[in-house]
Amino acid sequence: MADVALRKVVKRYDDVEAVRGIDLDIADHEFIVLVGPSGCGKSTTLRMIAGLEDISDGDIMIGGDIVNDVPPKDRDIAMVFQNYALYPHMTVAENMSFGLRLKHYPKAEIKARVTEAARLLDITDLIDRKPKQLSGGQRQRVAMGRAIVRNPKVFLFDEPLSNLDAKLRVQMRIEIKKVHQKVRTTTVYVTHDQVEAMTLADRVVVMNKGRIEQIGTPNELYHKPATRFVAGFIGSPAMNFIPCRLEDAGGTLQIRLTDRIAFALPPARAARYNALPRTDKLLLGIRPEHLTESHAHFGPGVETFETVLDVTEPMGMETLVYFGLDGTPICGRVDPNAGAKDGAPMRLAMDLNNMHLLNEATGVVL
Amino acid sequence: MADAVVEQGPTVRAARARKSTSLRNALGRKSTVAFFLTLPLILLIALLVLYPAVYSVHLATLNKSMQKFVGFGNFLFLFKRDTFWMVVKQSCIFAVTAVFFKALIGFIVAHFVHNIPAKGQRKWRGMLLVPWVIPPAMSTLAWLWLFDPSYSAFNYTLSFFGIGPINWLGDNLWARFSVILVNIWYGAPFFMIMYLAALKSVPDQLYEAAAIDGANWWQKIWYVTLPMMRNIIAITALFSLIVTFANFDIVRILTSGGPLDQTHIFATWAFKVGIEGSDIPLGASVSLFMVPILAIAAIFILRDVSKRGNEA
Repeated sequence: MADVALRKVVKRYDDVEAVRGIDLDIADHEFIVLVGPSGCGKSTTLRMIAGLEDISDGDIMIGGDIVNDVPPKDRDIAMVFQNYALYPHMTVAENMSFGLRLKHYPKAEIKARVTEAARLLDITDLIDRKPKQLSGGQRQRVAMGRAIVRNPKVFLFDEPLSNLDAKLRVQMRIEIKKVHQKVRTTTVYVTHDQVEAMTLADRVVVMNKGRIEQIGTPNELYHKPATRFVAGFIGSPAMNFIPCRLEDAGGTLQIRLTDRIAFALPPARAARYNALPRTDKLLLGIRPEHLTESHAHFGPGVETFETVLDVTEPMGMETLVYFGLDGTPICGRVDPNAGAKDGAPMRLAMDLNNMHLLNEATGVVL
Repeated sequence: MADAVVEQGPTVRAARARKSTSLRNALGRKSTVAFFLTLPLILLIALLVLYPAVYSVHLATLNKSMQKFVGFGNFLFLFKRDTFWMVVKQSCIFAVTAVFFKALIGFIVAHFVHNIPAKGQRKWRGMLLVPWVIPPAMSTLAWLWLFDPSYSAFNYTLSFFGIGPINWLGDNLWARFSVILVNIWYGAPFFMIMYLAALKSVPDQLYEAAAIDGANWWQKIWYVTLPMMRNIIAITALFSLIVTFANFDIVRILTSGGPLDQTHIFATWAFKVGIEGSDIPLGASVSLFMVPILAIAAIFILRDVSKRGNEA
């Protein structure tokens, strides 16, 4: 096992820069998830760590050694692909032992390792089957088994759950987490699914347009996003962004959302934002769970307002309500018993203790 | 209709009903519909393939003047002739050697073409297919001139290295070599294009997985490419074996079977004894000998194809 480091790594395809100078340190035993939308450079980054793509600039280090020009087979890594990439003509056991056989491991050791990995992944009964005879989830386990038997320095996962149905994806997510708890191998995991990223990672790396937007624990990213992109990408339904401006009103700082609606900021927030210029170019970031039905027991910092709901989505444990504020579409989460109805007026409460204020032009969270 | 049936008494009614349901069932069955849909093709094949096949079996049982039934007489006559056994041997050597090298060269060239960037690949594919698209009767004439012992480009070139002149088509071994060489030149592009298509169907991720598993380029070919292409290799080889075994034009134009019948293969020898020797029944007997040999080859080659087909 080893740490992995990326230093100003760049990948260019002709004139297009897919990855634009990435710096990343991954500690030994750590589970890192690279997450971002399609084309953000996350898979390219993973493939550069694997050695499947040459790097155009910068350095990649595994276990302290620069591996820029080391072929994949000598990097001591194992990779799990999105479509599993199992050899269709080999049995499960042959698939899992292929790497060890190429390295001329003793037969007894190969057998022991395959048996152990099969036991760990609960695929002992499938060991003599061909990939064609397996379900998607089973194939995914075999692909993981093939990685585990090698006992590599680093595991690389390239969107491994994308081909599975929603229920199986949740199951396999838990399996992957359990396996990592047992083998503790340094893992780099690529996904476009922010739920996967949040649930699996020790630290999440959010990427956008070939750059890293933010690195942090799932909670840090959720509660303290650094940019509008991260704030909008992490969390489902996504954070609401409402154009707003700061105003001084009778010695207190208030935030104006529309001509009708302006709220006084709670003291902690007021102190934090007081030095900001009183311009229009601001966005209020508020997550749907901080826009709830109004009731009498709110503490300080929670402001209520009246609105007309456009659409409601009952989810069982909660109801999502959609409405507009001066043309900006907004989503809130209310109690299923709060009486939210399509087209009906409703009094909602906004918890300003959990608000974010963003610079509209730069997208930076202030 | 129900009223009419009622008048006819219970037994007839039941029989009618049974008959019409079973007919309706039969017509409704997918396999029956499929059979009727393919019937025109089956009839066409029967007309174009079965009739000549049966007719040639019939011919093979007649005497030279085609007046008398001689049973296996023609075959027994052939078994006693050394030339026949030489033709059997030469046909096998010709077909097996040519198919082996066509497959080998086709595989190697397909690999090279596969690795050419997509932009230039089309051009190379087109150029490499040229031998296969020129009618062999014409291209073999060009080879005939290249093999000319006195004025040919081959002997002229070799003379610079102090070699030759080689009697390409007059010497027993060189003549055999030459007909095989031309057959390989003509047939290798077919293998190349088939293998190229097969190579393109192997997912890149398998090679990437193999690279990470520690395979070098040769191990990738041995453990990934070849197993993934096994079916196409088997079917292409069988198809080419049949065509090569039945080859006529190349040998006919280059050597006409000479020197001393040494390069004759089944088709050219059947032509010689049947048409030139005016013994059609004996010619038919010679050509019928290809059937058991190819049948055995087909069984061996296709043995595992259907089983392997289920893996991918």
